[in-house]
This record gives sequence, structure tokens and C-alpha cells, in this order.
Amino acid sequence: MSVRQSLLAILNQGPCYGYQLRAEFDRRTGSTWPLNVGQIYNTLDRLERDGLVQKADIDADGQNYVEITEAGRAEVADWLGSPVVRTMATRDELAIKLAIAVTLPGVDIARVIQVQRSATMRTLQELTRTKNATADPESSDQLAWLLVIDSLIFAAEAEARWLDHSESTLSRSRAAGLAAPLPLNTDVPKRGRPARAVQAGA
Amino acid sequence: MTASDVLLQLDGVSMQYGHGETAITALAGVDLSVSRGELVAVMGASGSGKSTLLTVAGGLTPPTSGEVIVEGHWLSQLSARELATLRRRSLGFVFQDFNLIPSLTALENVSLPLELDGWSSKKAHHPARDALGIVELTDRAQHFPSDLSGGQQQRVAIARAVVGGRSLILADEPTGALDSMTGELVLRMLRSRVDAGAGGILVTHDARHAAWADRIVFLRDGRIVDESQPSTVSSLLSGLPA
Repeated sequence: MSVRQSLLAILNQGPCYGYQLRAEFDRRTGSTWPLNVGQIYNTLDRLERDGLVQKADIDADGQNYVEITEAGRAEVADWLGSPVVRTMATRDELAIKLAIAVTLPGVDIARVIQVQRSATMRTLQELTRTKNATADPESSDQLAWLLVIDSLIFAAEAEARWLDHSESTLSRSRAAGLAAPLPLNTDVPKRGRPARAVQAGA
Repeated sequence: MTASDVLLQLDGVSMQYGHGETAITALAGVDLSVSRGELVAVMGASGSGKSTLLTVAGGLTPPTSGEVIVEGHWLSQLSARELATLRRRSLGFVFQDFNLIPSLTALENVSLPLELDGWSSKKAHHPARDALGIVELTDRAQHFPSDLSGGQQQRVAIARAVVGGRSLILADEPTGALDSMTGELVLRMLRSRVDAGAGGILVTHDARHAAWADRIVFLRDGRIVDESQPSTVSSLLSGLPA
């Protein structure tokens, strides 16, 4: 989970206390995914439990510092050296919405796509304007912010392209008479967990 | 906004190729206006009518029906000579493949529209240098296109499109042949010309590039099916540093 490893990577720079870690995470990610301090302390508790950080000094203001352990340093190196694996299990609200909508009678799916594309393009315009209003980065936290905003821009672009592609797919399917709505299945499933599928030929 | 702020207006513009059963409708009753300081992106699938819209807007092809009005001039009422003059003085085209003349230097390419309009080359070089300065290519003025990168060639094309105070830029996939970063630089130049008081149409199939525009128009089968404008409140980015 990236918050855990991000905090650990920040701690690899030197001991920090909770609020300080939150501020460091925010300025390195452009405050795009703000963390509350409760999340920070919960994460630190788990990191300590796993032997990746340990309690350090308490300063004159009573701030409890936490420092990284050798195992923690190894975990940071491992994180930076490995790819982020995106799981298919993450639900994509928009894909689900279109998948359901295309099976329903009386839904103007082209309109659904159009409404979404307008919203996606507005998002893309806002992101682009924000990026353009910013001068070339002069420090590494500005550079970090630029990387984050570019990632949001490319994600919105990918969504717009997928919507265009879906529109073409639908139009081809409709022309081939395939885009008929899906009626309710009268073979009502039994309550409880579905029975395990019977193997073909069994 | 006053009437003089409207640089381009398309009123019920339709365009058909061919006749009878084989006729193809490229544009069907398109209404569109572009004002000073406004960049309008036109998006749509291949064959949706994007490029036809640009050639009609630029007076290169008369529409089958409807009116095109550029800076208050009804194109249908102009003679061929008047239309050519208006095109030279008011419109600048930017194409995907740059369309620079290989045997002319950057400066000569930018000067060309003014020289075709009767300016002496000495006189034309002055605004041409200014235009090259706008696209930050003053130091490349004496280079031939073959000595320039793709991004630099496209910036020369933008300089040519705006030289001598021409106010309407019509760009057809101007970033199509460029890598992502260079494309962005070219769009930044285009955007800054529009912010300085020009107007423009940007035809693109790329959503990320269309997002540089103030308005985005979607074409399907020659019709405008949707228009997007950025919302006035940036709720999405409230947390990001400005």
C-alpha cells in the first residue's frame, strides 16, 4: 500500500513526528491525496509492529519522533525497485455504469457516453489550465506536483479515448443488430452462494 | 462581447460532396462562432467533418449552404480576389505536416504571406522577425526547414499564421507529427497567441490537446453533438498549489 511505503521512504531521510510526516507527504504529492493525522498514526503503529520503524527522541515541544530501522530501509529499497501492480479487483464505477446501461431497455447509451465525455473533458480542461498557470518547476516539490498533475491529465485523456472507442464499438454493434437490451433472466438464481459450476463432461 | 470581437461565424453551414444517392454529407447545419481571445477545439472521429469544417471556415471551399463570416465579411459576397486578400490578411493556417517551403529560410517562410500581399521583402522581414520572436525562434531566422526540428518547424508555421496581425488561426492536427513534450510546447505558443488577442480553431482527435481550448465542440456525422466548457469553479483541484 503506497501510503505505508511513502511514509517509510520519507522517514528514510531522517526521524519525523506525525504532523511533520503528513506535511512532508502533502508537499511531495501536491496535496492531491490528503491524509488525516489519524491515518498517519495508525500507519506508524503498524510499521512499528512490523519492525520497520521505532520510537526515537521526544523534543522540547513534546513531539514524539519516529525513526526507520534497517528492515524499514530494506523495505523502501524493495518498494522503489518493484513495479506497482494494479489489481483487476478495483471497481471502475464508469465501466460498471456503461456495462449495466448497455443491457437496459430504453437507455440512450450514446447520451450516457456524451454526458460523461463532456464531464471528462471539463476535468481535463481544468487540469490543463491549472498546469498551464504554473511556471516551469524550480524545485523538486514543484516537479513532484507536476508529475502528479500530468498523471491526472493522462488518466482523464485515457478515459476520454476509452469513451470514444466505446461509442464506436456501440455504433458498430448496433449496426450489426447486437446491441439489444438484456431481459431479466427468468431462471432465478437460488438464495445463498451460487453452486460451483459443473465441469464440462463431468 | 461586441460584434467586432467575433472573428469567425458559421451560420447553418452544410457541405455535401457528390450528388443524388452517392452524395456524402460532410457538414450538416453547423453553427459556430469564434471570438477574439478564444480557442475552440473541434473533436470527432475520422470522417466526422473536422477537416472539412476548417477548410470551409478558412474560405478554401465554399459551403453547399449556409454562411461563413470572417471579421464581418460574408465570404459568399466576396469576389475571388477579395477572398484571397481576406485569407492572406486575416487567416493563418497551421497544418500537421508544417507546409513550410524547403528552399526558403524560416524568416522568408514567415515573410511570404506579407510579400504575396505586396509588401517588399525588406519591409516584410520586420514583422516576420517579430513573429519569430513570439515563438522564441529569433536565433533560427536564417535556418532552412531541414535544419529545424519538427517542433521548431511547427513554431515557424505558427509565426507564419500570425504574422502581420492576422487574427484567426486555423490549426489542423498541429501536434500530430510531434512527440508529447514538443506538442505541448507548440500548443503553449498557440494558446499564448490566442490569449494575446487572436482567435483560433484547433482540430484534433487528441483529448489532451483539445483541453487547451476554451470550448470543445464534438462533431459526429457532420453535426455538432455536444459542446464542453470548463466549469468556473475548480472543485477538483482545491488542494493543489497554484
